[in-house]
Amino acid sequence: MPRFTADNTILAHEIITRYPRPKSALIPLLHLAQEQDGYVADDAMEHIAELIGVTAAEVLGTCSFYEMFKLAPVGEYLVNVCTNISCLLVGGEELLHHIETRLGIKSGHTTEDGKFTVEDVECIAACTEAPCLQVNYRYFSRVTPEAADALIDDLLHDRRLDEIPKHGVLARTRQQIPAATRAGNAVPGEAEEPVWIRRARAEVSP
Amino acid sequence: MTVSDAPPIVSTRFALDNGHTLTGYLATGGYEGLRAALAISPTAVGEEVKAASLLGRGGAGFPAGTKWGFCPPGVWPRYLVVNGDESEPGTYKDRLLMEKDPHQLIEGVLIASYAIGAAQAFLYVRGEMALAQERIAQALNDAYAAGYIGKNILGTDFSLDVVLHWGAGAYIVGEETALIESLEGNRGMPRLKPPFFPAAKGLYLQPTVVNNVETLANLPWIMTNGGARFAELGAETSRGMRLFAVSGHVVKPGVYEVEFGVTTFRDLIFDPAYGGGLGDGRSLKAFIPGGASAPWFYDEHLDLPLEAGAVGAAGSMLGSGAIVVMDNTTDVVKACWRVVRFFARESCGKCTPCREGTSWLEKVLRRILDGEGRPDDIALLLDVCDNISPGIAWPPKQTTICPLGPSAVSPIASALVRFRDEFVALCGGTGESPVAITGKAYLPKPNEVAGV
Ligand SMILES: Cc1cc2nc3c(=O)[nH]c(=O)nc-3n(C[C@H](O)[C@H](O)[C@H](O)COP(=O)(O)O)c2cc1C
Ligand code: SF4
Ligand code: FES
Repeated sequence: MPRFTADNTILAHEIITRYPRPKSALIPLLHLAQEQDGYVADDAMEHIAELIGVTAAEVLGTCSFYEMFKLAPVGEYLVNVCTNISCLLVGGEELLHHIETRLGIKSGHTTEDGKFTVEDVECIAACTEAPCLQVNYRYFSRVTPEAADALIDDLLHDRRLDEIPKHGVLARTRQQIPAATRAGNAVPGEAEEPVWIRRARAEVSP
Repeated sequence: MTVSDAPPIVSTRFALDNGHTLTGYLATGGYEGLRAALAISPTAVGEEVKAASLLGRGGAGFPAGTKWGFCPPGVWPRYLVVNGDESEPGTYKDRLLMEKDPHQLIEGVLIASYAIGAAQAFLYVRGEMALAQERIAQALNDAYAAGYIGKNILGTDFSLDVVLHWGAGAYIVGEETALIESLEGNRGMPRLKPPFFPAAKGLYLQPTVVNNVETLANLPWIMTNGGARFAELGAETSRGMRLFAVSGHVVKPGVYEVEFGVTTFRDLIFDPAYGGGLGDGRSLKAFIPGGASAPWFYDEHLDLPLEAGAVGAAGSMLGSGAIVVMDNTTDVVKACWRVVRFFARESCGKCTPCREGTSWLEKVLRRILDGEGRPDDIALLLDVCDNISPGIAWPPKQTTICPLGPSAVSPIASALVRFRDEFVALCGGTGESPVAITGKAYLPKPNEVAGV
């Protein structure tokens, strides 16, 4: 049952240390769990709860609020089609229907082979490039039905892996804060007036 | 109308292939603003930003320098939180700034943190933006390695960690107190304010400045060129340049950085340099001037300048710089329903008028579209609107904790007054409603009053 692997546990600890309070790492850790397993498993939530010192119910409470976290496995490719206003005006709904028909599923569902999940989503901040969609959160702009078909053909054969990692992997570049140059967390109750502020104040009224 | 020839401020690297890399950034004046800031006192940096009259670019348009001044003196630590949650329908600018010029944003974060004395900064980036996440992570790693972030930045006594944080999909998290809740690991539900605004009690109840991505991206330029030069651009309360996303039924949808005040909606929608006009034989039905929450504008508003005061006086807002154009082929009932469905889906559920109201508005509009509209549905819609935002006024009054609920009223009041016959055609009845509507942009054109 999917708790964090040894490597991911190390990474989880590292993420937690970036925040003044461990609970702030909750959402990043849920992303890490989803990256590992493709969805957020119950055991992963328990593991996160142990790591940041809250109850598993609190983890679920936060997790269930956010659209991106899936509590059950979804397709390898999550196809999110925007049908909000700017896209609606130039064919977003038609694009969604085309993709639903092509894949034989309604939005919110996954194909039987576990390859695709389709979602009808809200604005994805690509409004001037409408109609648009995302596959695993990678953008495709001004998508015609033909372009959608070609994209699906590619995905069926995993031909775009360098561009679109399988579902779960959010960002392939991680922030690294080197210990040597780290300024350190500003913890409530512990931090004093920053030195540069104190110095500047002293310069004005010595 | 003349379109200004002022050079862009925040979009200068959008066309470059390597504008997002540290090398590309340094080759084009990168981190000069930070050097200029570190050479003067934090207070002097704050003064420079006040002199620039830089308005927040996130939607509410509050002056950045003034907001920084609200941090209570002597209370430490303070935090800076960057709002990179861009999700307002029609809005597309912060993602570009994060993907194409992440160092410019980071430099802005450093300048703001130095000025307010923030000892830690958090960059809250919308979860769905994988490329922005990757580009910012890389930029942060490179900036740490080069000594622009971390301990004793550029050899001074200024030290700061900048932490990249991932969102996970929830529009309401863009509201600043919900953003803070989310950053604390909670469900993204807004806090009740007043009494406390984030500048007084924000992250971990410490003084916290929340600024939009575009707001901060302007700071390097302001520090290198001076606040006074920034304030020379634009007009009235709106100074400098601004990114506007022009989408919908225009020939050339795009994101354009234009000068405030001297540029008009007509320029942005019709000028060949920008939107390029509507399709052949099409005419303008309506446009949304500032994101899905804003009351709609029509033909008679085209010559208004892009200036917060003028747009506010006409009954709407520049909001998030999102102009959505609808031509005469638009089914406004459908358009209205789609925007309302958005708010219904994104309501966090904390207050009853918003949670129940938006979902009923969506259901009633849906049944109208499905051919099952009832003669009193128009009055019903307005009655629910009035419960969420009494008087259907502008700026909206609210019975809710945050402005999301009242935002769902804008599209309905806009569409219902101006295009009442389209609703009546679907619902029957007379379309009359006892509910008073007072928002200026919602009212019919003065010379059409007799016909209503
Ligand atoms: C429902 C709602 C959603 C919002 N979404 C965003 C957003 O996505 N990005 C943003 O910068 N501000 C958003 N805001 C505005 C923020 O609350 C806040 O005013 C802003 O981030 C402050 O930054 P600024 O002063 O630099 O504009 C939203 C406000 C509300 C009420
Ligand atoms: S108005 Fe809506 S979104 Fe805002 S706090 Fe209330 S329920 Fe939540
Ligand atoms: S409305 Fe579709 S991306 Fe914004």
